[in-house]
Amino acid sequence: MVRQEQLIIASGDAVQPFAYSVGMHGSRFFTEIRDNCRFMAVRCPQCGKVYIPPRAVCGDCFVEMKEWVEVGPQGVIGTFTIIRFAFLDPETGLQKPVPYGYGFIKLDGADTLFQHYISVEEEKRLRIGARVEPVFSKERKGSIRDIEYFKVIEPIAKLPTLSFPRRFWAGIWF
Amino acid sequence: MAKRVAIVGTGQTFHTSHRPDVNGQELINEAVLRALNDADLQMKDIDAIVIGNMDHFEGINYVDCWSVDGSGGTMKPIIKLTTGGTTGCTVAIGGFHLVGSGMFDRVLIIGWEKNSESNTTGAITTAFDPIWDRLVFAGAISGLAAEAQAYMARYGATDRDAARVSVRDRKHALNNPHAHLRREVTLEQVLASPMLADPIHLLDVCPRSDGACAVIMASEDVAEKSCPQPDWILGTAARHSYSYLGDADYGRLTSMREGSQELWKKAGIKEPRKELDVIELYQPYSFGGLIWIEDMGLVGPGEAPRYIWDGNTDMGGELPINPSGGVISCNPIGATGLIRCAEAALQVMGKAEDRQVPDVKLAFSSGFGGCWWTDMILHGRKKPQ
Repeated sequence: MVRQEQLIIASGDAVQPFAYSVGMHGSRFFTEIRDNCRFMAVRCPQCGKVYIPPRAVCGDCFVEMKEWVEVGPQGVIGTFTIIRFAFLDPETGLQKPVPYGYGFIKLDGADTLFQHYISVEEEKRLRIGARVEPVFSKERKGSIRDIEYFKVIEPIAKLPTLSFPRRFWAGIWF
Repeated sequence: MAKRVAIVGTGQTFHTSHRPDVNGQELINEAVLRALNDADLQMKDIDAIVIGNMDHFEGINYVDCWSVDGSGGTMKPIIKLTTGGTTGCTVAIGGFHLVGSGMFDRVLIIGWEKNSESNTTGAITTAFDPIWDRLVFAGAISGLAAEAQAYMARYGATDRDAARVSVRDRKHALNNPHAHLRREVTLEQVLASPMLADPIHLLDVCPRSDGACAVIMASEDVAEKSCPQPDWILGTAARHSYSYLGDADYGRLTSMREGSQELWKKAGIKEPRKELDVIELYQPYSFGGLIWIEDMGLVGPGEAPRYIWDGNTDMGGELPINPSGGVISCNPIGATGLIRCAEAALQVMGKAEDRQVPDVKLAFSSGFGGCWWTDMILHGRKKPQ
């Protein structure tokens, strides 16, 4: 093993900073979250699909979107998982604390799913279709972390069945 | 102008979890020399090169530039393609286009990766949107777990059904000297292995491997001269479905559905399950072996578990899937899709040795990428019309 270690050159604790633009639509979303705890989405003028995260172009119709719609703040779990394996978080360079729950949440009124943490305090209540609401941080700075996590407020007992090949937007059936 | 295109040679390295005995270009060279040898060609016969990997994994970008000693690319036309998990399949499609266009007669296609040289999950996570996706996303497994949850909820499938797929692929790998993992497992062992992300167990997923694969494609003008039974490319398809992870149709792979429909149409295939002889599916986790064969139209929605349990996709079954042991047994990411392509070619050429499916006339190989995109190739023994 010693011999092998001598063959490897590691990058050490080098840091590479980045600055990402969230765009005009994304900026409006984060401003509303910070100032009003409101989720703002955008609707396609052609197909009517309501997108979150909001963006300038509907990929399906390839048209510009300008019509803002308030969605949520409550929603249901579209799908989810609980991460139990340790891995390196590229945001921090450190090992991410596990386990943590996260899900793709269908906010009321939206057609795509919003991705965020879901509290695993009551793991058994996590299921597809369970109703959730966001917990906002007290001091909000206009970032995705202004939403701390979603929590289950009311699980649903039975899922409606679904026939293929009905077209869905986001993998769920509401 | 468009020429028919065939694979005339393939080469794979010895794949394992760590290859500190070689650096990247030396690893690439192993695969290239084997492919040249297999096609009975020399480097001077090669007109152009397509190469790819996940360039930020090893922390070295521009593989097309720095690997020319190993790839044989010195003073040759060379192009790099990087599309995540699908990279290996994308480089093959790129090579197909270069030869099919009539611009080059013999193109060398290379996929490679040394996953041991980085933190793969951390690196994969950086492939997703830094603002919207990166906070919670945990590399490939987290998204796959969300897909599996949705599929199970929709159709009542279980993790036991998925484990059956893992058992199949791990058994098939015993026949493949190139597979990284070659150990048979039982259903119980899969289900008892540690839970990584609900509902995915450790033995449901692929390893990370070091390895490379090379494939040589030739135009119809020269293919039959260097190869008695070339593997003809009958068609290719590629689909990307969305920008943000939350746009996906969880529980279904829409890119697989639309791409395969295009491919069946191109080749005049009416009943893929009956007409295909073998499939090399880019299936990095067991649930993909259920969900995606439904999207290919092999069986109806929700019918995959029954079809798998009945042994139809085992060696000797109606339609063997992953005779090589698949991605679950060997996964040098930038090479993985090209290995699927090479293995399908070996099946068509009749050179797959212990993992050969008898009398293969039509084979399918695919590539899959973390954002639910799919690339695919249809291979045949007969020169296309």
